[in-house]
Amino acid sequence: MMIHISPPHQHGGDSIRATMLSVMIALLPATLCAVWLFGWLAVWQIMTCMGVCMLGEWVALRMMARPSRLSDGSAALTGLLLALTLPALVPWWMTVCGSLFAIILGKQLYGGLGYNPFNPALSARVILLISFPLAMTSWLLPAATMPAAVDLYDVTTTLTLFFGGVESLGLTLDGMTAATPLGYIKTDAMQGIAVAASLQAHDYSYFNAFVGNEGGSLGETSALALLIGGILMLARGTIRWHIPVTYIATVAVLAAIFHAVDADRFAPPLFHVLAGGLLLCAFFMATDPVSSPMTVQGHIVFGIGCGLLTWVIRTWGGYPEGAMFAVLLMNCTVPLIDQYCRPRVYGHR
Amino acid sequence: MKLLDVWHKLRGASGFDGGVVLDMHKQTAASPIVDCPLPSVLIHPLKQHIGASCKSLVHVGDTVLRGQKIGKSQGYISAPVHAGTSGRVVRIEEHTVPHPSGLGMPCIFIEADGEDRAVAVGPKLHHWSMEEPAVLRERVRLAGITGLGGAGFPTYVKLLKDQRSPIHTVIINGIECEPWLTHDHRMLCEQSDTMVQGLMLLLHMVGAKRGVIAIEDNKPDAIAAMQEAIEAWYAASEHQKALKLSVQALPTRYPQGSEKQLIQAITGHEVPAGKLPMHIGVLCQNVGSTYAIYQAVTHGHALTERVITVSGDALPKPANMRVRLGTPMRFVFAQCGLEVFDDIQIIHGGPMMGERLKNAEAPVVKATTGLLAMQRDVLLAEHQVEEPCIRCGHCSDVCPVRLVPNLMADFSRQGDFEKAEEYQLFDCIECGCCSNVCPSHIPLVHYFRYGKGQLAQIRKEKSFAEASRQRSEQRAGRMEQEKSEKAARRSRVRAQAKPAVTEDKDA
Repeated sequence: MMIHISPPHQHGGDSIRATMLSVMIALLPATLCAVWLFGWLAVWQIMTCMGVCMLGEWVALRMMARPSRLSDGSAALTGLLLALTLPALVPWWMTVCGSLFAIILGKQLYGGLGYNPFNPALSARVILLISFPLAMTSWLLPAATMPAAVDLYDVTTTLTLFFGGVESLGLTLDGMTAATPLGYIKTDAMQGIAVAASLQAHDYSYFNAFVGNEGGSLGETSALALLIGGILMLARGTIRWHIPVTYIATVAVLAAIFHAVDADRFAPPLFHVLAGGLLLCAFFMATDPVSSPMTVQGHIVFGIGCGLLTWVIRTWGGYPEGAMFAVLLMNCTVPLIDQYCRPRVYGHR
Repeated sequence: MKLLDVWHKLRGASGFDGGVVLDMHKQTAASPIVDCPLPSVLIHPLKQHIGASCKSLVHVGDTVLRGQKIGKSQGYISAPVHAGTSGRVVRIEEHTVPHPSGLGMPCIFIEADGEDRAVAVGPKLHHWSMEEPAVLRERVRLAGITGLGGAGFPTYVKLLKDQRSPIHTVIINGIECEPWLTHDHRMLCEQSDTMVQGLMLLLHMVGAKRGVIAIEDNKPDAIAAMQEAIEAWYAASEHQKALKLSVQALPTRYPQGSEKQLIQAITGHEVPAGKLPMHIGVLCQNVGSTYAIYQAVTHGHALTERVITVSGDALPKPANMRVRLGTPMRFVFAQCGLEVFDDIQIIHGGPMMGERLKNAEAPVVKATTGLLAMQRDVLLAEHQVEEPCIRCGHCSDVCPVRLVPNLMADFSRQGDFEKAEEYQLFDCIECGCCSNVCPSHIPLVHYFRYGKGQLAQIRKEKSFAEASRQRSEQRAGRMEQEKSEKAARRSRVRAQAKPAVTEDKDA
């Protein structure tokens, strides 16, 4: 064992656990919002994800005869992040598969904490989306707009839904789900319907998008909750502003330019910023330290890249939402960005 | 590049990049400097500076006076060693010195006779402004003064004049950004007039016009004292208005007191890589060094004492002390009420750049800025396990040199030293900001030292291999030459011999 006696002998007190805990605290508003919107169903999803992720981490480390790292909280955070990207109605076994994928294939097989090139939660979400496209794009209506027959604040009803699916309640998906704003403007656009008309037809309101009262994944709908969490992390110094700001600004600027050119085909910037998983990805996924660049210059390049890809995939891609693909694609470029975005060393020209 | 510089300016609130705000623990900030009593035996290591070691000038049994030269400097970058008090040389042998290895070095032991008779290194030069700078510089060299801020670079080397880059600014470094240490702070408060005189002396020596006394803003009393002293000086000497003296308060942020960072904060210029501050016209001197220089010039005093801070959370009576060089640390700690060192870690210097010592046997040397007695279990590396890097980038955020510490540490750990060098490993000033903020408790500075050591070794081996390759090539060349010469000689001999043989046959 190496005994290091080199200075410094005084430490600032930061630790991995404190970092992870800080992110989890910042996710609290979004988590509470998910519970408000989707009732007990959100609780079951989050508990399953966090539990299975921690279990997976424990088993994987034990199999590799490595010391347990559960106490640092990184597995629990991955679980929470994954849960917040899932639609509320995903069956329990998909949630379990996704969680195991995130921890074992997404993280431990690369070498564990600090070595995964991709964000584990996002990569698991993409695998689930590609494997089970129908379940992953069925967006449950929030509790407030749900038909009276289904009470999401009832424990037994939600447990039946979680383990047995909609059929076990004798219902069909049709009455309980709705498309997300990004989804319906995309399908409407294919039928030649203008953006403004499409939004009006679906009773879109910026207020609902801001507080989160619309269809979507558990934690992505409320811009307000995510902003509170993001500002909390910025204030505590957990993340730096460069990635979220450049990411969101790039999407907004691109949307503004194209919206100005052709308002019928391209959605307005505020719509883009509030829609889908952009804020969740910008504040919590793209800023994941392990899979993002290290230097400030790198952060800016990374943020702009994420924004560009998100907007391009949303506008011209096959999927309505592109934020997670954008972040994962940019994760691939991190070694390259780190290679070239090095600050000028003191005294060198 | 220019745009990047503006960007860095906007980012660095106090004019240098990165840095951290530390818990300062300046408990002794209001403790006046007290004299540490003279111990019975002083121990003088023969090397107390960066550069070549000294050669002993005395033998066992010799009597010496305080200020008498006992170690002769060898080489250009070196500084002589002087006896700390009058007495008898009792031993010259290896003794532990302030180094984390605890290894020994030749030391001269002087048994004090209690009379403390002194000898000056030269006549008193109270009218130094009439003297040639070269004369004054020589005095500084004779007095054995090294940088008293901790690095221990021989001071007269910094005072040498380079015609190509005249010095325009002299900075007195009163930053003292290391936690716990307060000796410079006290010097500024108690010796403010001497400091102004010392600054004037330095300006005269290098021919500069601008003098800045840099103090961190957590020492408002020192700032006020120095401002008052400068105003008093301006009021007293009307004929020297051409000189511009000022006090500059800088935000409290570590490592503000690092020479290169301080110069960047004050002048806005960076010291180019591989160059010295003098190349951009700046001279930076520590508070303690300035005082020592002034004493050497005006009184002819050799460097035989210095002010240190004795502190730490395990010390009953912390203090700022004027200590005779060579005083055993155990003796100094005893003055502050500490006799038993169980579960106590001694640190030589501050907690950010100081070294851990194995015991208290080593003496106080020129580079001793402070002695800390710390509870072992609160120190970094005693209870923290190194965890994997999560690439958070905090280390590069706080690096005042703008390096990427975690990558350099990774390369060093993997043995890819050339790659670490490519990332400018040798520009690291080992300030320890990166290790301080690392959430994974990675001992980054340790890896940098390891990498630097290995690279130095590789270079040495390379030059050795190169030299032996050249030797063997030369030898092969010589052999070849000898062979051909021999062959030529033989053929010549044969050619001369041939007629004789034929004659023989004929006969």
